[in-house]
Amino acid sequence: MVPDIPQGLYYALGAVLFTIGAIGVITRRNAIIIFMCIELMLNAVNLTFIASGNFLNSLDGVVFVFFIMAVAAAEAAVGLAIFVLIFRLKGTINVDDIHLLKG
Amino acid sequence: MIAVGMGFKWFIFIVMAISAIGSALMMATRKNPVHSALWLVVTFFSIAVIYVLLNATFIAVAQVMVYAGAIMMLTLFIIMLIHLEQGPSCLPVKRSFLKLIGGIITLTLLLQIIAGIRFYANVGKKGVYTPEMLASVGNTAAVGSLLYGKYAFVFEIASVLLLLGIVGAVVLARKRKDEEE
Amino acid sequence: MADFIWLVPVFPLVGFLINGLVGIRFSKGVTAWIACLSVIFSFVVSAIVFIQFLSLSPETRVFEKTAFDWIVAGDFHTQIGFRIDALSIIMCLVVSGVGSLIHIYSAGYMHDDAGFRRYFTYLNLFVFMMLILVTADNILLMFVGWEGVGLCSYLLIGFWYEKDSASNAGKKAFIVNRIGDFGFLLGIFLLVATLGDKGVWTLKYSELQANAHFITPALATAITLLFFVGATGKSAQIPLYVWLPDAMEGPTPVSSLIHAATMVTAGVYMIARLNFFYIMSPMTMSIVAAIGFLTAFFAATIGCAQYDIKRVLAYSTVSQLGYMFVGVGVGAYAAGIFHLMTHAFFKGLLFLAAGSVMHAMSGELDMRKMGGLRKKIPVTYWTCFIACLAIAGVPGLSGFFSKDEILWMAYIRNGGNIWYWLFGAITAGLTAFYMFRMFFNTFHGECRASEEVKHHIHESPKIMTIPLAILAVLSIVGGWVGIPHLLGGGNHIEKWLEPVFGHAHAEIMQAKSISIVGNAYASSSGTPAIEGSAELMLMILAVAIGLAGIFVAWLFYVKNPELPRRFVERQRGLFTLVHNKYFVDEVYGFVFVKGLLRIGTMCKNFVDESIIDGAINGVASLMSALGGLIRRVQNGLVQGYAFAMILGAIVVIGYLISRILS
Repeated sequence: MVPDIPQGLYYALGAVLFTIGAIGVITRRNAIIIFMCIELMLNAVNLTFIASGNFLNSLDGVVFVFFIMAVAAAEAAVGLAIFVLIFRLKGTINVDDIHLLKG
Repeated sequence: MIAVGMGFKWFIFIVMAISAIGSALMMATRKNPVHSALWLVVTFFSIAVIYVLLNATFIAVAQVMVYAGAIMMLTLFIIMLIHLEQGPSCLPVKRSFLKLIGGIITLTLLLQIIAGIRFYANVGKKGVYTPEMLASVGNTAAVGSLLYGKYAFVFEIASVLLLLGIVGAVVLARKRKDEEE
Repeated sequence: MADFIWLVPVFPLVGFLINGLVGIRFSKGVTAWIACLSVIFSFVVSAIVFIQFLSLSPETRVFEKTAFDWIVAGDFHTQIGFRIDALSIIMCLVVSGVGSLIHIYSAGYMHDDAGFRRYFTYLNLFVFMMLILVTADNILLMFVGWEGVGLCSYLLIGFWYEKDSASNAGKKAFIVNRIGDFGFLLGIFLLVATLGDKGVWTLKYSELQANAHFITPALATAITLLFFVGATGKSAQIPLYVWLPDAMEGPTPVSSLIHAATMVTAGVYMIARLNFFYIMSPMTMSIVAAIGFLTAFFAATIGCAQYDIKRVLAYSTVSQLGYMFVGVGVGAYAAGIFHLMTHAFFKGLLFLAAGSVMHAMSGELDMRKMGGLRKKIPVTYWTCFIACLAIAGVPGLSGFFSKDEILWMAYIRNGGNIWYWLFGAITAGLTAFYMFRMFFNTFHGECRASEEVKHHIHESPKIMTIPLAILAVLSIVGGWVGIPHLLGGGNHIEKWLEPVFGHAHAEIMQAKSISIVGNAYASSSGTPAIEGSAELMLMILAVAIGLAGIFVAWLFYVKNPELPRRFVERQRGLFTLVHNKYFVDEVYGFVFVKGLLRIGTMCKNFVDESIIDGAINGVASLMSALGGLIRRVQNGLVQGYAFAMILGAIVVIGYLISRILS
């Protein structure tokens, strides 16, 4: 009899996706791609929540993910609007060239 | 999903896992933003299938609708707006050594999490929502009863948050009267 | 009267305060009256105390009065207290008496000066400080007076401060004095520490004398030597005498009061007062006597080659102070104090006479431009003549008795060592020579002054000549209190000072028990005996040497004025050396002044700028550099901030994992 998929694998998958997203955030120069990597990180967390909710026979994980998705949507809207504004201001979307916050 | 055999479940999981990781990697490394966005859509689909494997059908559908549908579409629109669809400009890009180091350091995060998974025992009191019960009641109904019941307050706050997002987006992207563009 | 002895120093203080604070409003006459009266009152009080002493028995001739507590620090208590005993009363009388005469003289001498009020203010302050010095009952208060007279000396030497030479001389006096005072302070510290080890915390004379046995001879030598360093500074002995000739830049009455009669004698007074320490250390006493002799001879030779009359008198003062130190150095404290008193009379008179001559010659100082003043300023002539006779040691006048006493004591106290006596006698001959050289050059011969100056020669007003006369009388009779037994007198001054020095004299007698001492003792305490023939012979010899000096001076400057010129031409090198004071000032300037300046510059450049400034600036630039490094974190690049967040996450998760693992 084949055993069920152990929960650790789901978490491992989530970890890998999260790390890929993190490296992407640090490494890429294009702001939009950084944003997409952030979305990937959020998804990895969602996966973790669902997996642990499933193994604890609880729907709390699902509810949590629901709200994370809502937040991600709002963040996407506002963030992309900011990207547009910065492009209008600076003419570039390359994060290396945008250092208005320089101390 | 409870009726399907374990072997099949494993097969789906492996394929979808590889797909998710592969497309994520592709997304993170493409130069053309449009390519990246499309690869991300593939990732979202893969994850949605894994959600189905985990008996979270409602979230799977929500994932496809919200993420792959709305968010990625919005992203693609913005990419078009900033005229990045042609691909990267012809300016030579300089490689940053520091970023490389940062990326390598981030791998330790992965190792740490793997170590945590290995040694951390996920034990807790099991809840009432067994897969059998969810199959009988219906996933969406169960989630809905929870959302409008126990987590109603949070639900309302989330809707306010979305309202904020709408208003913010509109305000930010509005053309100013005194600008010539 | 014992309760009122504090009035003695306070009267001049009151005069100083009145003249100093509100003197601007007064006329010159009122200022002079206030100043002179304050010192005269001081003299009157001292005289009253003296008369009271006469009616008391010798052991009880001590008045002590403590005014108030000054320093109370743990076990160490010091009060402001006054003590007048046999020694102090002599000093008080001399200071206030000669001081009042000089105040009266100054009223006439400084009459045309713009700084009239300032002069009397400083002069009163000086008398106050000097009286504090001599009436203090503890070493610390004496040191206050010591420093105070140094300050007043500076103020008065540099009185005409617009003249560079005067202000430089004032500075030189103060600085050289300071060097001596440093030694004095070290002596005080050593004394307090030594006695403090034994649990005695005091600086009062009476208590020190009672506890002197706690100090080992080695420590006593150290302490007394340090005090003596202070004395060489204040009393202008080798090596710190260089300020006194320069101090002649001040007004002449100042030179008379401070640098002849009173301040420079403070060192002698100090040694006499602390005799109970000095007798514990024969080595220091030998050093004191040796330096005294050396200074006396050295200064006398320089005096022979100076042309400025005040310089001659200055070197003469240094020389006579040497004699006083010889006196206290061989243990003849009474003889030293006796010479101090007679010196105050005749040297004070000499300076005032020089001032009178300058007044007559419109400020001329060079004796080569004087001459033939005998008939024109008779009072000055005769008083100056008396003073010169006194300092030359002509029998009958005061200088003879005091100088002879010192020479005799130097002879017998060292076991009949003829060389000591001879050295002193030769110096006496030189003294006679150069004093009469000055006298003859100034008053005899034809007048070598310019026509304009000749026209203005006039005798000084009465206000100046009366003090001259009084001092002349004192120069004659002042010595009669010390006529030795040999010549039929009672040596009253030694008897008077017996309570203060008595046991000191006895101890030294014990230390040097030689038969000749027995002889001398017999001669000075008993009837005029034939055993005193040694003393008589030496006395006659000394007088002969003195008269020889006068004769040579007469020969050189009256009979045959060509002789000095020929002598100088033949001994050009020697003359240049002596005339330039053996180049001591130049050597000091080169070694000490330039040396210190060079060390200071080196310290400034190396230590101050490189090390200290470098350290502080280095800290500042280190901080600045660190800041520059850390500032790079905030470069405004979002990815950097994101990486920082991930780094934080790694740290936190790492901590949690390590908790699970352990």
